[in-house]
Amino acid sequence: MELKSNIPSGPIEQKWERHRFEMKLINPANKRKFRALVVGSGLAGASAAATLAELGYQVSCFCFHDSPRRAHSIAAQGGINAAKNYRNDGDSVHRLFYDTVKGGDFRAREANVHRLAEVSVSIIDQCVAQGVPFAREYGGYLDNRSFGGAQVSRTFYARGQTGQQLLLGAYSALSRQIGLGNVKMFTHREMLDLIVEDGRTRGIVVRNLLDGKLETYSGHAVVMATGGYSNVFFLSTNAKGCNVTATYRAHKKGAAFANPCYTQIHPTSIPAAGEHQAKLTLMSESLRNDGRVWVPKNPGDKRHAEAIPDSERDYFLERKYPSFGNLAPRDISSRSAKEVCDEGRGVGPTGKGVFLDFRDSIRRVGPEKIKERYGNLFQMYDRITGEDPYQVPMRIYPAPHYTMGGLWVDYNLMSSIPGLFVIGEANFSDHGANRLGASALMQGLADGYFILPYTIGNYFAELKGADLEADARASSTAFSSARTESENYIKKLLATKGKRTPDSFHRELGLMMWDNCGMARNASGLKQTLTKIAALRDEFYRNVNVLGGGEELNQSLVKAGRVADFFDFAELMCTDALHREESCGGHFREEHQTEDGEAKRDDEQFCYVGAWEYRGAGNAPLLHKENLTFENVKLSVRSYK
Amino acid sequence: MNLTLHVWRQQNANNSGKLVTYRVTDISPDMSFIEMMNALNQQLADSGEEPVAFDCDCLEGVCGTCAMMINGVAHGPEGATTTCQLHMRKFQDGDQIYIEPWRAKAFPIIKDLMVDRSAFDRIIQAGGFVSVNTGGAPDGNAIPISKYEADLAMDAAQCIGCGACVASCKNGAAMLFTAAKIGHLAHLPQGQVERYERVVKMVEQMDKEGFGHCTNQNECEAACPKEISVKFIAEMNRDFIKAKACLKAQNS
Repeated sequence: MELKSNIPSGPIEQKWERHRFEMKLINPANKRKFRALVVGSGLAGASAAATLAELGYQVSCFCFHDSPRRAHSIAAQGGINAAKNYRNDGDSVHRLFYDTVKGGDFRAREANVHRLAEVSVSIIDQCVAQGVPFAREYGGYLDNRSFGGAQVSRTFYARGQTGQQLLLGAYSALSRQIGLGNVKMFTHREMLDLIVEDGRTRGIVVRNLLDGKLETYSGHAVVMATGGYSNVFFLSTNAKGCNVTATYRAHKKGAAFANPCYTQIHPTSIPAAGEHQAKLTLMSESLRNDGRVWVPKNPGDKRHAEAIPDSERDYFLERKYPSFGNLAPRDISSRSAKEVCDEGRGVGPTGKGVFLDFRDSIRRVGPEKIKERYGNLFQMYDRITGEDPYQVPMRIYPAPHYTMGGLWVDYNLMSSIPGLFVIGEANFSDHGANRLGASALMQGLADGYFILPYTIGNYFAELKGADLEADARASSTAFSSARTESENYIKKLLATKGKRTPDSFHRELGLMMWDNCGMARNASGLKQTLTKIAALRDEFYRNVNVLGGGEELNQSLVKAGRVADFFDFAELMCTDALHREESCGGHFREEHQTEDGEAKRDDEQFCYVGAWEYRGAGNAPLLHKENLTFENVKLSVRSYK
Repeated sequence: MNLTLHVWRQQNANNSGKLVTYRVTDISPDMSFIEMMNALNQQLADSGEEPVAFDCDCLEGVCGTCAMMINGVAHGPEGATTTCQLHMRKFQDGDQIYIEPWRAKAFPIIKDLMVDRSAFDRIIQAGGFVSVNTGGAPDGNAIPISKYEADLAMDAAQCIGCGACVASCKNGAAMLFTAAKIGHLAHLPQGQVERYERVVKMVEQMDKEGFGHCTNQNECEAACPKEISVKFIAEMNRDFIKAKACLKAQNS
């Protein structure tokens, strides 16, 4: 396998412009001869499917939900970045580019990030045109707020439901194309395999979750927009359905998996209440604009928050990072919270929590203003914890939230398998080792609306001869054997008839990963975990209990399939974390830290993308390195002090 | 807490279903309703009985996937709350809880507590959008929109498409859902061009799907987890009448 990034030459500001001109076009009459299979209907998938259909391609779109409107992009709360400089506060494309490269701890590709910053401005325009009701000021112009990791206000938002409104915008564009007959929408479909023949992507195997039947679909390209893998930790802020199955199975078919160890732990989630916990709920990072993070100065101080005077409080982010304060980036804020909890200064019944206190802001601007800004978040907090954040500080703790790693893609967003494109959180491309707030929505929509629709056309234009005959291929042996393979796999899971539910395995795996491959990692912990994962997986295949049958709606079977892939993927994640002997962004190796506990990067040895090639069950994956060069942003120690 | 649950079990749309009684013990008041259902399912799986099928995903009250009639109320007793955000501290030890699927002609049952809400998607496909292609949109600040109107649009746009409005309506009407989308776009300048065409197309699709008519009982607003106001229904009706009159005038 050779990884060619295909980054265009020339100055960074001109690369995308020039590349767009150099890419081949397809005339409108020929576009309808090409079919793209889009898997996933979140921000990236829905925007891509709609835009491809508008261009005239045949599009089939697949999602496992009952409707394309339910993908997890919908839960994003805070906002979306764009270098509009509406605030006249010194923002620019170059500054957004710079912040993102630095925020990613110098582990992202400069060219991709610059392109992202360039198209960010068009995304806002597009969404406004669709009728996305962004927050406005009294003069009628778009409002902005600041967000972690940036010193300018470039974040656009729609109350605390920005993801919902952007997704519903993309969903409406997609719905329009479905209504026009340009997109065939397949709901309740879980992708089980990618079909690759003669070196190119030819189609997919999906399971119809309603009747349990396996179906195959053929196309000229497959676009995977299948999200991230935070649920490997079982407890994360992701929706219950989020899984790694589609990306991992594509990995098994030859797609390199890049930087799986880069996971983002979000600093502001509601702490777990007990064993029964099904998932963790995020409180938007935007709360840190007005909330101050603190713990008692003295370990074991169990007084109520109000009873602790200011002199006995430690506002640790403001103390450690005076220039960014409570807006320090996510990785740094999360680790600081863990640190103070490890010192025994954590708050709440479990001791795993820190205060996020609005007292001073409420005094300054009044409760009405705070309600206007965060009303729905305060309400949600109250509902979940039974505590009123207008009266007592919130308790928060870090939780797995986003995964920067993903399938490796080149500048055209194409994976290492020709014809397989990967967009949104599912790819690895733009956030390096840490993602800044309000950048996930930006990347998903950038990929789907403005990048993939160009680059996929260039791929189609190069297809010749037999590669054009997608329909004829649907009856090839590659299709029937991929289907049989999936069938046998399902039969195997159903036949095990053990004693434990898929969920109980998932919970155990997740805890293991959180303890050893979560916020902090070390070599011995990772090595032990690799052994433990293998043992637990063995037990899974001997002892999992999947009730119900294969040819019907069966939620335990769906869970079992997803958990099985999380096992294999967890191994890959630990392997990657073990090999990366440095600390960068969300990847913190305890062996590699400065004296004051900050991450210590090693640019000499690790300034590369680590992309893993699958080499069969039981064989160690093979590491490929794509070296990263920084010509426009100087490699420097990332400081927020 | 110990509870007695009466849960609707139905193998599929063709079979008839029935309420089955289960007991769950040691339920923590900090559990969400979904976590309590997970505890029930774990118990069923341990005893070899097939778990109850139900929908849920984000568990944050925004994806609109979860849907249960709890003691006859869509999403249960707490106002402005989805099933996944409802917590067991709202119940008492020893309570009897009846758990049923959404019931409406246009939402056929798939299995147990899951129903088919694809009719909602088809209503949106009929006209719930602004016909703008990707690319070439004017600057986001080109058209100022008053904060008042933008806020009204957002009030309507918050709809999560869960179907509680339909389930709680004695007529099984989808007026609040349809009006929310129409109201969202009608309060924005971008939605004006197709405003009247949109309302006719979406209302016609709504009728075609078999949803009932509105008799102004406002049960929908009371059940809506996003507290969407029935005033959007009034606005939709006004636009619909206006559209019908205008289209009639155009055609004659």
